[in-house]
Amino acid sequence: MFAVLRDLIRYNIEFAIGMVLVGVVVIFALLSLFSPVDPSLIYIAIPDQPPSAQYWFGTNSRGQDLFWQLSAAFRNSLLFGVTVAVLSRIISIAVGLAAGYLGGWVDRVLMFVNDIFVSVPIFPVLVLFYFVLRNNMDSFTMALILACFGWPFDARLIRSVALGLKHREFTRHAVFAGMSTRKVLLEEHLPYVMPIIFSTFMNNMLWSIGMEVTLAVLGFTNINNPTIGTVLYWANSHSAMVVGTWWWIVIPVILMVTTFIGLFLLAISMNEYIDPRSRLRRMGA
Amino acid sequence: MQGYLLFVGKRALQLLAVVFCGVSATFFVTHLSPVDPVETALSRMTSRSNFAPEAITALRNALTDLYGVDEPLWSQFVNFWLRLMRGDLGPSLLTFPTPAMVLVMRAMPWTVCLLAFSTIITFVIGNLMGGLAGYYQNNRFLKFFGIAAISIQPIPYYIVAFIMLILFGFVWPILPISGGFAMNVTPGWNWYYITSVIQHATLPALTLVLTGFGGWFLGMRALVSNIVTEDYVTYAELAGVDRKTIVSGYVMRNALVPQFTALAMVIGGIFSGTVITEQVFNYPGMGSLLIDAVNAGDYSLVLAVSTVSITAVALAIFIVDLLHPLLDPRVRPE
Repeated sequence: MFAVLRDLIRYNIEFAIGMVLVGVVVIFALLSLFSPVDPSLIYIAIPDQPPSAQYWFGTNSRGQDLFWQLSAAFRNSLLFGVTVAVLSRIISIAVGLAAGYLGGWVDRVLMFVNDIFVSVPIFPVLVLFYFVLRNNMDSFTMALILACFGWPFDARLIRSVALGLKHREFTRHAVFAGMSTRKVLLEEHLPYVMPIIFSTFMNNMLWSIGMEVTLAVLGFTNINNPTIGTVLYWANSHSAMVVGTWWWIVIPVILMVTTFIGLFLLAISMNEYIDPRSRLRRMGA
Repeated sequence: MQGYLLFVGKRALQLLAVVFCGVSATFFVTHLSPVDPVETALSRMTSRSNFAPEAITALRNALTDLYGVDEPLWSQFVNFWLRLMRGDLGPSLLTFPTPAMVLVMRAMPWTVCLLAFSTIITFVIGNLMGGLAGYYQNNRFLKFFGIAAISIQPIPYYIVAFIMLILFGFVWPILPISGGFAMNVTPGWNWYYITSVIQHATLPALTLVLTGFGGWFLGMRALVSNIVTEDYVTYAELAGVDRKTIVSGYVMRNALVPQFTALAMVIGGIFSGTVITEQVFNYPGMGSLLIDAVNAGDYSLVLAVSTVSITAVALAIFIVDLLHPLLDPRVRPE
């Protein structure tokens, strides 16, 4: 595991850059654990101060120190992304492996359900859920809903690998040796799909954080919970760009682009790592 | 040919099932919710002026009758489908007696045109440039294109839309940033109206193209750079086949097949992009309608927009799937 990581950092420039970018953001988000202020309180600093030695990122029109505010926001957003990614990975692994290995009608039913989830436009559905739940829409509920929609693509990917694994010699040996289906899937097949899971994990995080931002900017989430999206929501509702408090928009956008590019680079370099052909080309073969 | 018809039949059945499940799900989500459409409508109507208590009771009865909420859930469900077959989804509260369906139908052409137009442009540009970048791997210009694609691709729609708004609305105001057409022209088939519509659509479409093309570019580049190492390409090169023929006929054609499958899968996701784009640029499409409906608590309008968008997306995927075997001789209609 560590050898793989070391090789990736050494030979894959995208992976190294991605690690650095994500690392910076994660450290920044972790600083919120030592935050001297409660991020949910307003009017505790002088409003509308530009970045200075005292307020590194300035303060916003709601009287919050943007440094600590953004730190808490990034922690919440990253946590949200990880929650969605973990939950939807569980579903996609279960569906993908079962459909690929068991085949037959199980496969047909699961892929039929999969097709339905693929073709439902997620955004109207999320808005619908917000419309119905209103104040009960906290970030865990939203993570659950997004996880329910985030699995189908990856389940297909995992299924295609599982289809190949099913006919390999070692699977037959395992079955003849009396291994239960559950054991075959978890102990024999799961390690083979692990790289896919890692790379889709990043993509899923990107997607879910993007969704959260989109919803929050429109005011369709709990706007008092600091996340990347709600920071932008409040900046917008105080028309930060027009009033001249540019740091309220520009700093979160820069941090956000850093996060997104970092996660994206990690995802594509992982993808490349999985595909042996492109690895060979990189080595000059 | 018979095989193809069978394939179409199977896909059509699947389309119907998808629409049925999706729409039923939206029905149950809204109907099992604590939001009471009658009370919402009532409070909205009575908040503007004074009503006599008898008038309110009469109104409540009328609305209960209209929405049919006093019946058991299953009969509401059956009624919902029966009315949907006739294209009736109840009146909108936002503009009271106007049916929700009329509002949706008015907004639909805007969104469909914007989406179709920008999706086609995105698909063509992304795949063409991606294919070339995969084949000519040392071209400077294409390398620069790749870096641009990688850095724009992961940024969410909203941020890109916002940056475009600032760039073309304030810094370099050459394009209209709001609305579907200028206020001073009369809608119809006249030159001013059409140019105005195109001008107003440019910025939203540009945002969608910018956020969308990166994915196609990167995907196509990866596919092509794999195909380039295949034996038949090397053989064609050695046999002295014209370079252009190799790129278009041997490499791109084969790489396009998986991209076409991806198109069907991406269509569902594009819709959320348009909702944001429409909101930012105040474009009169389905997205803006949905946002307005949610903010106003307009129960039937939300249901109508969701129903129509699910149906439209499923239909678009169906059409792409039908074209697929025609493009790819290797896909045998099962």
